[in-house]
Amino acid sequence: MSSLNNLNLKQAKEGLQTKKFSSLELTKACLERIDQTEPKINAFVTVTNEVALEQAKNADEKLAKGEDLPLLGIPIAVKDNFCTEGIRTTASSKVLDDFIPPYESTVTTKLKEGGMVLLGKTNMDAWAHGSSTETSDYGPTKNPWSTGHLPGGSSGGSAAAIAADETIAAIGSETAGSIRQPASWCGVVGFKPTYGRVSRYGVIAMASSLDSPGPITKTVEDSAILLQVLAGNDKNDATTSPSKVPNYVESLNNGRKLKIGISENYLEGVDPEIVKSFEETKKSFEKIGFEFVDLNLFDPKYAIAVYTIIQRSEVSSNLARYDGIRYGNDRSFFGEEAKRRIMLGTYTLSSGYYDAYYKKALKVRTLIIEDFKKAFEKVDLILSPTSPSTALPLGSSKNHSMFGEVADVLVEPSSIAGLSGINIPVGFSSSALPIGMQLVGPQFGEETVLNAAYQFEKETQNDSWRGKKPSFAKVSEGQAKL
Amino acid sequence: MNKYSPVIGLEVHVELSTKSKMFCGCDTNYFGKEPNTHTCPVCIGLPGALPVPNKIAIDSCLKIGLALNSDIPSVSKFDRKNYFYPDLPKGYQISQYDEPFCLNGNIKLSSGKTIRIRRVHMEEDTGKLTHQAGESLIDFNRSGVPLVEIVTEPDFSSSEEVVEYLKKLRQIVRALGVSNADMEKGDMRLEPNISLREITKSKSQAPNDLPKYKVEVKNINSFKFVGKAIEFEIRRQSEILDKGETPVQETRGFVESKGETITQRTKEEASDYRYFPEPDIPPFRWTKEYVEDLRKSLPQLPEQGIEQLMNTHGITKQNAEILTKNAKLRGLFEKSLKSEDIPANEIANFIINRKISDDTTPQELVQQIKSSKPQTIDKKELESIAEKVIKENESAVNDFKNGRENAIMFLIGQVMRQLGKKVDTNQIKAILIAKLK
Repeated sequence: MSSLNNLNLKQAKEGLQTKKFSSLELTKACLERIDQTEPKINAFVTVTNEVALEQAKNADEKLAKGEDLPLLGIPIAVKDNFCTEGIRTTASSKVLDDFIPPYESTVTTKLKEGGMVLLGKTNMDAWAHGSSTETSDYGPTKNPWSTGHLPGGSSGGSAAAIAADETIAAIGSETAGSIRQPASWCGVVGFKPTYGRVSRYGVIAMASSLDSPGPITKTVEDSAILLQVLAGNDKNDATTSPSKVPNYVESLNNGRKLKIGISENYLEGVDPEIVKSFEETKKSFEKIGFEFVDLNLFDPKYAIAVYTIIQRSEVSSNLARYDGIRYGNDRSFFGEEAKRRIMLGTYTLSSGYYDAYYKKALKVRTLIIEDFKKAFEKVDLILSPTSPSTALPLGSSKNHSMFGEVADVLVEPSSIAGLSGINIPVGFSSSALPIGMQLVGPQFGEETVLNAAYQFEKETQNDSWRGKKPSFAKVSEGQAKL
Repeated sequence: MNKYSPVIGLEVHVELSTKSKMFCGCDTNYFGKEPNTHTCPVCIGLPGALPVPNKIAIDSCLKIGLALNSDIPSVSKFDRKNYFYPDLPKGYQISQYDEPFCLNGNIKLSSGKTIRIRRVHMEEDTGKLTHQAGESLIDFNRSGVPLVEIVTEPDFSSSEEVVEYLKKLRQIVRALGVSNADMEKGDMRLEPNISLREITKSKSQAPNDLPKYKVEVKNINSFKFVGKAIEFEIRRQSEILDKGETPVQETRGFVESKGETITQRTKEEASDYRYFPEPDIPPFRWTKEYVEDLRKSLPQLPEQGIEQLMNTHGITKQNAEILTKNAKLRGLFEKSLKSEDIPANEIANFIINRKISDDTTPQELVQQIKSSKPQTIDKKELESIAEKVIKENESAVNDFKNGRENAIMFLIGQVMRQLGKKVDTNQIKAILIAKLK
């Protein structure tokens, strides 16, 4: 019973429905694991022990009556930028150290209605400003595969919690890379849906035209199950799409043979081991029957400037409400990174500079959107490495003010274009750190992305690396550890 | 004395009477309610809250624009206006910058002069600050209430013109049913921009050259103070200009108790609000059909109503103006026309002069008009009653015969009482006099 926390979402659901174990047992297993591993990885800001146990008991009552909700009794960890009513929500910043939201985000409302058990709120880069989870005001999260390394960010806590089997499933959010990159560094599945597919109501805003909540899970099928619960139009969010939500879980099984595009410039500056891994991934897809097409996409490095300007401009406006008058602490509690972004964003919007920076960035954004549109006339999906490197050591983000933007270069273009993208784990480096690849689809192409990822997962399900579990030890670079 | 001609532009904010706020479902009926009870995550700026635009509010803004003969551009959007003030919970106001809902409207004054309206746009209201005993308190009940801002070109040259414009604007907004436009309650607020242009005989100064400064005046809270505030400002600026100096470009507040304006803050340069398109609200694209449907749905506006009454029924402009102000009275007037052969102007005059209540039915009105008129009567009946009255009122008769002319009025009155109806008094008088000789 003590390894119940190792189950994935689908397995947990089956177990609960067939009464092999109870939600209380499952939840307790997760809470025990959290107790055990938190001192090593610090993935959570708040662990909601009592709430979890109560929700598990309620779930067991419902299960006994034969109720069937999509997430009934399933323990889930939620990134700490989702407002959870009555439960402390900090965005990993001391500004909101004692903030208890009086309302529930749409995402967590849907999770609740789906019957979930909330394990707690996971650590993140403060205000989602980063790709390391090192800038959290509550200490960095460590990568379970090597506690001397970063988990990536900003959804590092959720990704680490999944990798460490502290939770069955998790929720993150991505502005440009914040789901896919930590998923890649932690060896888990991370899905960024199309912007507007999942409601942002109740998500502490980072960049309003980019933020996309999404699932971080152990398998692709789990991702589809969670996305099914989260997706849909929301009357509280004017930017959500009214388009119909298809059945993601069902369409996993229609083994479509798709065309995948590759752009050489997405391999530039990438770790040689990752490039090698990329070639092997390509072979696996070819084995399944997928066809590859060469593309010539815009160099992803152009997206860095566009993203930096748009994001920081919107950030500088979105953080203006934290004046400490109505709730939270005052501006003196902002960390260095937040202050830097506010200043830069204010500059790029200011009169005399708006045209040269913000307006220009919007124009280039349109070019990037058009570039992808053209590409998707030729292919169904685009494949590339998710990150140019595997997990970097603790402290790496401190030397570089553009750390995140450079680390996320391969995911920024698709984020700017509002597209959907998934990170799938494909193996490990010689340092035993996870390697991930990303599949990017067209707008509202979630079905296609999940379908391809699912087929890959099935095709490689018996690969030897799949059985590995994290060691929680500190791994030095170049030191192989099996 | 008149060395200067005033150059005045007007910014009017109209608070819409929608049920809910501009970007959330909170009840807008906050007047007199306990502070911070009409709030929600959106209008109090909680983390994670998002704005969702109020369709009726926007339709109301478009209607105002249409009623003011404006163009409705096919594309429009909201923008963020970023600045800090404690009553602004998000640290920015959602407003409109370069693509407002309505452009290039106008209002015609009775003098024939056209006041050009530059733009009509939407924004959200802020909370309300109260200062007491060294503390400042904020009430967010008003935060997020929909406001329509109507900006004119600096076409006004007198405070009288400004007052006329305000009255017409108020009338239109009320006729549309989109706001109570009550200055005392704060649902119509105005800020004139006032400057003076030197009247020179020199032809080198183009008549449209604007003065190099302008002064904005705030805190004018009722119609009666509009004239006072503007007049004071004109005098104040004249004095400065007479000295050869230029008035400071600033915002001044009107002090009711003194009838004066005082400095509030200098406005040397426009604040940098770092406007950018509101990313939480997709832009709007209107179809021609949508705008046309709105135009068709407009009720008849006061100007149109006056013209119609004058043309259709031939009543005077003055009567037409009064009748269009009260829909019930107007209805009463029009229905009464149908019944009898009473001339339209007579009905109109009767209603207006006698201050007939608007609850009166057409039948009652016609009855009243008829019984107010002298009626023809059988001469024989009149003669016999006259004789009777003379017999019964000896003292009055004697008074008259003794030279008291006024006694005849008493006798006429008696005849009328006996008759029980109103008859032409001259007729009665003639008969009585004939008999008394």
